[in-house]
Amino acid sequence: MPQVMDADRMARALTRIAHEIVERNRGTSELALVGIRTRGVPLARRIAHALKHITGEDVPTGTLDITLYRDDLMRHAVGPQPVVRRTDIAFSIDDRRILLVDDVLYTGRTIRSALDALIDFGRPRSIQLIVLVDRGHRELPIKADYVGKNLPTSTRQSVQVRLQEIDGEDEVRLDDAPQEAA
Amino acid sequence: MLKSRHLLGIADLAPEEIAAILDTAEAMTEIAARPIKKVPTLRGRTVVNLFFEPSTRTRTSFEVAEKRLSADTLSVAVAQSSVTKGETLLDTVRNLEAMAPDMIVMRHASSGAPHLLARLCRSAIINAGDGMHEHPTQALLDAFTIRAHKGRLDGLKVAIVGDLLHSRVLRSNVQLLNKMGAEVWACGPPTLMPADLPRFGVRATTAIDEAVDGADVVMMLRIQHERMHGHFIPSTREYFTLFGLTPARAARAKPDVIIMHPGPMNRGVEIDSDVADGPYSVILEQVANGVAVRMAVLYLLAGQDAVTD
Repeated sequence: MPQVMDADRMARALTRIAHEIVERNRGTSELALVGIRTRGVPLARRIAHALKHITGEDVPTGTLDITLYRDDLMRHAVGPQPVVRRTDIAFSIDDRRILLVDDVLYTGRTIRSALDALIDFGRPRSIQLIVLVDRGHRELPIKADYVGKNLPTSTRQSVQVRLQEIDGEDEVRLDDAPQEAA
Repeated sequence: MLKSRHLLGIADLAPEEIAAILDTAEAMTEIAARPIKKVPTLRGRTVVNLFFEPSTRTRTSFEVAEKRLSADTLSVAVAQSSVTKGETLLDTVRNLEAMAPDMIVMRHASSGAPHLLARLCRSAIINAGDGMHEHPTQALLDAFTIRAHKGRLDGLKVAIVGDLLHSRVLRSNVQLLNKMGAEVWACGPPTLMPADLPRFGVRATTAIDEAVDGADVVMMLRIQHERMHGHFIPSTREYFTLFGLTPARAARAKPDVIIMHPGPMNRGVEIDSDVADGPYSVILEQVANGVAVRMAVLYLLAGQDAVTD
């Protein structure tokens, strides 16, 4: 099924997002990136790299695992517990402007969990959301501040983001097979 | 990830399950470093800590782990409970179960007590030490501590020295270390060696120097005065002379040896204070790691519970 984004388009989208971040925040001071595991992490690193290229400044980058904050953990008998991995935020988020990064924005439940998790680390001045793909079908009042691509989908379709660092190549695919939401 | 909804002993765990618990514990360690040391994962779940034997470390460690995962916890102190009025174990637990807890963490002086409850009760049972049988979360936190320092378990020489006969820590540790490919030596006086020690898959010796020689890990066990109803050792001073871990004896181990003790320590009986407080001692790390390992066990078992509901 169709590829909706290739490596070039992905790179351009991330570069554009980096420029939008600089414009909107008037620079990068007090900014920090936090990538949501799994694929938000390399995306956050790439955006940090792009920001460094534009402004010459390093933006601290952290990793957030939201497993322990999921709202579906104890609700239904779906199988064994999801693997918990390490959260790694090596800087204080107090009074920083946090840029939260994920690959796909869908129901919004992952972001809800991530907001709860982040707030356990301190009191950021603000949190902005960056996603590579917004596929619609929100179940919570959440919206992204920076979007790589708006992709109209049906709930029966699945969006697969593949990244060089994890999957060996950069692409976004839209498949018809109904799959578990990421 | 885990096959059973209970954690009764290391005997029931496959090596992959042990690795999964240790990996999950690794992720849990970070929570202790946060300003708000709490995640909402077990919100609305009730865990009963039922300790029929005195315990400070294990009970508080479970309590902290439960609270960090947002479970509701209650600890039953047996001295003030109806057990002293003659109620049987099963009746005590069935009455607690009428209040619908999700998990019961239990320590009992009789080997096999948690296994009995696992068969007859609805709750998930976590064994926090049963008689002279098993203490699985202690073995898991020991393994976690070793792995944190050595990066692996397989191929390591681990010497376990002390009161082998009465030790559930020994029984759980030997099984875990064997499953993960470590080479285990057990050392103690002949009166404190279980008769079936060779069946455990350990090398047994009465010479501490031989056990400690070239060891990557030295684990000291407590002389359990409360379980000694016979004359197992002539005196604690003689025991220290022959089996106590002194700096000179510790020097026979590998230069990067780690010294462990499950606590509570008898200083000057099984271990010299200079060793217990020395640079190779990881005894307090074991306590800190205990919380993360117990969080991992609670998290993984809570999911099992949902599956079988």
